[in-house]
Amino acid sequence: MVLSPLARVVLKVITALALAFLYIPIFLIAILSLNKAGNLVWPPSGLTLHWWRLAWHNQGVRDALWTSVKVGLCATAIALILGTMASLAVHRFTFFGRTSISFLIVLPIALPGVVTGMALNRGFDSAGITLSFFTLIVAHATFCVVVVYNNVFARLRRLSPNLDEAGADLGADLFQSYRYITYPLIKSALLAGGLLAFALSFDEIVVTTFTAGVGIETLPQWIYNNIARPNQVPIVNVVAVFVILLSIIPVYLAQRLTDATAGIAGR
Amino acid sequence: MHDLPGLDDGLGRGEGIATDTGVGEVKASPTPGRRVARALDARPRAKLVALLSAPVAWIVLAYIGSLLALLLTSFYKTDPFTSQIVKEFTLDNFQKVFEPTYRTVAVRTVGIAVAVTLIDLVIGLPTAFTLVKVVSDRTRRILVILILMPLWASYLVKVYAWRAMLAPQGIVHTALGRTPGYGLTATVITLSYLWLPYMIIPIYAGLERLPNSMLEAASDLGAKSGRTFFSVVIPLLKPAIIAGTIFTFALSLGDYITVDIVGGTTQMIGTVVHNNFSSSNIPFAAALSTIPIAIIVIYLLAVRRTGALDNL
Repeated sequence: MVLSPLARVVLKVITALALAFLYIPIFLIAILSLNKAGNLVWPPSGLTLHWWRLAWHNQGVRDALWTSVKVGLCATAIALILGTMASLAVHRFTFFGRTSISFLIVLPIALPGVVTGMALNRGFDSAGITLSFFTLIVAHATFCVVVVYNNVFARLRRLSPNLDEAGADLGADLFQSYRYITYPLIKSALLAGGLLAFALSFDEIVVTTFTAGVGIETLPQWIYNNIARPNQVPIVNVVAVFVILLSIIPVYLAQRLTDATAGIAGR
Repeated sequence: MHDLPGLDDGLGRGEGIATDTGVGEVKASPTPGRRVARALDARPRAKLVALLSAPVAWIVLAYIGSLLALLLTSFYKTDPFTSQIVKEFTLDNFQKVFEPTYRTVAVRTVGIAVAVTLIDLVIGLPTAFTLVKVVSDRTRRILVILILMPLWASYLVKVYAWRAMLAPQGIVHTALGRTPGYGLTATVITLSYLWLPYMIIPIYAGLERLPNSMLEAASDLGAKSGRTFFSVVIPLLKPAIIAGTIFTFALSLGDYITVDIVGGTTQMIGTVVHNNFSSSNIPFAAALSTIPIAIIVIYLLAVRRTGALDNL
């Protein structure tokens, strides 16, 4: 289809506007975190690192950050184990209900957060489990499995099935075959999936609200609880930028990992 | 592989080779781990069960069980004096869901979700088209990353960023002289902002699968670019477009954080669920939370025939 020069310009302008729409708010927050006045007024009255220093020494923020990191790491560990097992099973075997497995795994994240949160809350309640740090981890692990599963499954699909057979012909048993053949080949996919799972957990707020025990506050919850307090605005700005950085860095690394190994892992 | 016992244990013990009844020999020595491995190797089904049982048990127990618990709770009632859940079957919660107050909230929520979907479609379709058919390969790669990146920037922070954008005397006010403030408009803008990449990506993928020869054929047959776009591109893209709308629609439908932060006093279904949950009216909150599920299921069933679900 031959596009007129005008049409091409219009399309490019729309795309540029869409990108501006996506990025202006993020850059705005980054600049406002340095705003001397410590409010949301534009233009900023001057730039300072004062609020960053203040946020760094804020005990509430530190506690919340530590909670988020712990939840993220535990949930990621569980997601890595369950996601890998499920992807190996679905990839290597044919069985009744095989196609529903990926549906089951994606469900916790496909349904709205309110629904997943309410459901898990009711689930814990009917099982007689009081909400705690443990229930928060279980909840996060449940919706994190999908990213590990997807990453590992995508990698397994690119591997040649001959590798395992060759290993078996050479006498490798099940565990040896996993340890010496499969694991090295899916290692970077595991790492990528793990990073994405951590980013997902680190950022989550809705399910967290419904499943965290009393007195437990993750970093997103800290932001949420302090958003409406005018005197906390400068600290919230800083924490907001920090959270963006901390969720984008793992994703960037994951992206690099999956790209860099695409050539090696491909057949 | 068990017919080569000597090699079978090749990583360490070679004694199996020396005997002619090698299998028995090797079996006598292995570590417990080896024994399990060998037992599983002989039985593929057992291997499958071993791999699958933990993840399936987790999802079914922790999640499907929870969804059932949610459904059950929606039929219970709350003791008005103690706020405790009374496990007696009642349809009151669902009757209450259809009361005018909640009906208004439900209609408003669907309205917001539709508006967000349309806005994202209007921005997303030309953007995806530009990526695939207008710019160079190099530019495209960079643009795709630029569009995907914000997806991973914290959801909450992005909502907060719009609180800053639309603040009184904030950047929008300074640039345009006025700001819509916090309310329905702000909610629609913010949700459109949040889910825009979810609209662009499926359409982008759909366009990539669309062969250029189709577009060339259309222009060879005399169609101008506008005609080609509406008579060739759009019909072929329909499943991909609907896939995008599923995301924007479903994600908007269940939201309550956005409307809480930038929506002023506006309420969505999620808001009411969360409020009733916080005020310990859990059975009613459970009944309410089935509305977004029902609407999403209805939408999915309605679009299933278009093949959109394969584009997710």
